[in-house]
Amino acid sequence: MAAPGFEKVPISEQDPKVRATNFDEVCLGYTEEEAVLEASRCLNCKNPKCVNGCPVQIDIPGFITALKEQDLKRSYEVLTTSSSLPAVCGRVCPQETQCEAQCIRGIKGDAVSIGKLERYVADKAREQGLSMVASSGKNGHKVAVVGSGPAGLTCAGDLAKLGYDVTIFEALHEAGGVLTYGIPEFRLPKEGVVKPEVEIVKKLGVKLETNVVIGKSVTIDELMENEGFEAVFVGSGAGLPMFMKIPGENAKGVFSANEYLTRNNLMKAFRENADTPIFRPQKVAVVGGGNVAMDAARTALRLGAEVTIVYRRSEAELPARAEEVEHAKEEGIKFELLTNPTEILTDDDNNVTGMRCIRMELGEPDASGRRRPVPIEGSEFDLPTDAVIMSLGTSPNPLIASTTNGLDTNKWKCIVADEANGQTSKEGVFAGGDAVTGAATVILAMGAGKAAAKGIDEYIKSK
Amino acid sequence: MYLIKKKRVLCPSIFLMDVEAPRVAQYCQPGQFIIVRIDDQGERIPLTICDYDREAGTITIVVQTIGASTKRMMDLEEGDSFHDFVGPLGKPSELITDDIDSIKDKKILFVAGGLGTAPVYPQVKWLHEHGIAADVIVGAKTKELVILEEEMSAVAGNLYITTDDGSYGREGMVTKVIDDLITNEGKHYDICVSIGPMIMMKFCCLTTKKYEIPTIVSMNPIMVDGTGMCGACRLTVGDEVKFACIDGPEFDGFKVNFDEAMGRMRLYKTQEGEALLALEEGKTHHGGCGNCGGDK
Repeated sequence: MAAPGFEKVPISEQDPKVRATNFDEVCLGYTEEEAVLEASRCLNCKNPKCVNGCPVQIDIPGFITALKEQDLKRSYEVLTTSSSLPAVCGRVCPQETQCEAQCIRGIKGDAVSIGKLERYVADKAREQGLSMVASSGKNGHKVAVVGSGPAGLTCAGDLAKLGYDVTIFEALHEAGGVLTYGIPEFRLPKEGVVKPEVEIVKKLGVKLETNVVIGKSVTIDELMENEGFEAVFVGSGAGLPMFMKIPGENAKGVFSANEYLTRNNLMKAFRENADTPIFRPQKVAVVGGGNVAMDAARTALRLGAEVTIVYRRSEAELPARAEEVEHAKEEGIKFELLTNPTEILTDDDNNVTGMRCIRMELGEPDASGRRRPVPIEGSEFDLPTDAVIMSLGTSPNPLIASTTNGLDTNKWKCIVADEANGQTSKEGVFAGGDAVTGAATVILAMGAGKAAAKGIDEYIKSK
Repeated sequence: MYLIKKKRVLCPSIFLMDVEAPRVAQYCQPGQFIIVRIDDQGERIPLTICDYDREAGTITIVVQTIGASTKRMMDLEEGDSFHDFVGPLGKPSELITDDIDSIKDKKILFVAGGLGTAPVYPQVKWLHEHGIAADVIVGAKTKELVILEEEMSAVAGNLYITTDDGSYGREGMVTKVIDDLITNEGKHYDICVSIGPMIMMKFCCLTTKKYEIPTIVSMNPIMVDGTGMCGACRLTVGDEVKFACIDGPEFDGFKVNFDEAMGRMRLYKTQEGEALLALEEGKTHHGGCGNCGGDK
């Protein structure tokens, strides 16, 4: 292999034609030789900018240096001091806008593939059965964590490391939140990656109670008053799927991306022996341009459909990670950009037959700073399709806010929490992740879970 | 795991189970539902709560075998367990959450169809315990499918049973009983609660509308998570889109678009039928085209 230079060590992936027909992971990961070679590209900067780009402040040069020296145990220790879910982050973080965007190597050539190296270390550590450093002893304080997604798992893991007696309450039958129901197998394997990462957190002493809907089965007030929890972290996620409010949206064959992905990922509808059905038509249109839209589109493709993504802005504004867009294109997904649906077309039995769309052009920038798409008059056309998957984002689930006394929400119904420590308007209650910010990324939720763990520790110690 | 403490077969296709689920039993209310999963491959099946015992920590569910999953459920016996059992989900019945004094002056009619008798029961029982005697119409296709008669008659004011074929009680649909009670038997009602198959609830609403009796229905559309996350259960109610799992399951029956809701229920019919055939006869059916030669 060539000496390390300006270009990163390429990573192998499943061939697009092959992977379009299976749910196995797209990226195959580095071999040991490749990982060490890529690690040797790290300049081990005295003032590492990459660390500032990481929402959970992983000591990136630290874990890469250990990897370079082929000390896997130390590398994993450095990594897990800051992150409880390294195998997840290495796969789904938008490194290109975070750590890797800050990498000095990136000024002239490719940034170091920090994400791929993180993934390598986490995967190898798991194969070798390494576990995170547990706390030296229990401190006897009980903390409840609502939701077992990235925010909740991180918060729970950090608190357990500090000696807290932590119980996670999960509404679904399986832990992981969006890692389990939302992100598909081909990006984040469940048996191979998510379940083991949850197990590693449980090994720290964290208890997990599934099938408990906080706000319904039991409220936060009841947890604190009757069950002895001194503090609660709310990481309940984003919630209700949004629709466009256009005619025909309740037709047979229109789904939210949440529903479609939950059927496939949580309920395993892609497997022959699963009881849960999933709609498998010939043609699918996915509306939206985020990571979730890419996930839904690539899932539909793997289930045998011809897939078109319809997005109202241009390619430059696609909110999805560049890598996901690239993968989707390689696999044969079509993009109708600068296009917006105006109506779902149906037959007499209310089955979807197509989608009326209008072409858009970009006007002046809107509040988000992106140029606002404006319809081009008279440009309507009909896109034939058998199903439409709406991937337009979510609005917060009101369940917890409406059943917890004194928990303030903002005008978007998100829980109000201090960014520095997760403190909400209610004493002892902390929050973070999508429940606070609205739909965002796994790593930002983890950052919030981490900040809240620190906040909870300070709160309980000061009582 | 959630232990099945009691199982009672009510008729060949309907059975009742008491399931140990202390967290659900602690705070559940009439009108709410649970989601159950048999095993690791199982789908999430929403079922309305038929009864609960807070002290014993049990929930009573009543199930009719209609598909592969419910058939598999019927094979479970006392001492077996469900893999998952979550709830209570949805909002409690309005009758339970409204001011009790305002309910006391009202004449309430429940109209239960088939399996709908199960979710009607806890509401009638709750009212009975609060000194309110509600009249109940129970309709079923035939005598064998009349369930919970004894339990219901212990808590109802007047209980009217009707079968489509006249094999038990009155003869005809529940709508005929509503007409008879009001036009021929001098009854007057201020509120109606109708729970049963969607088609029955639709026609029940058309009937009560004639008499201007506000009618509440309990909707049971396709669901996945049951907590507001997937939107599969969305319904058109008036000019709004509502999620049955968090906004319901009870709605103003005069505003529900039943035709749309019934259509949406049929989406997975072929796949469900195939799953049932696979369970009953082995995996020999591909889709029923008959063109494959050797197979059934």
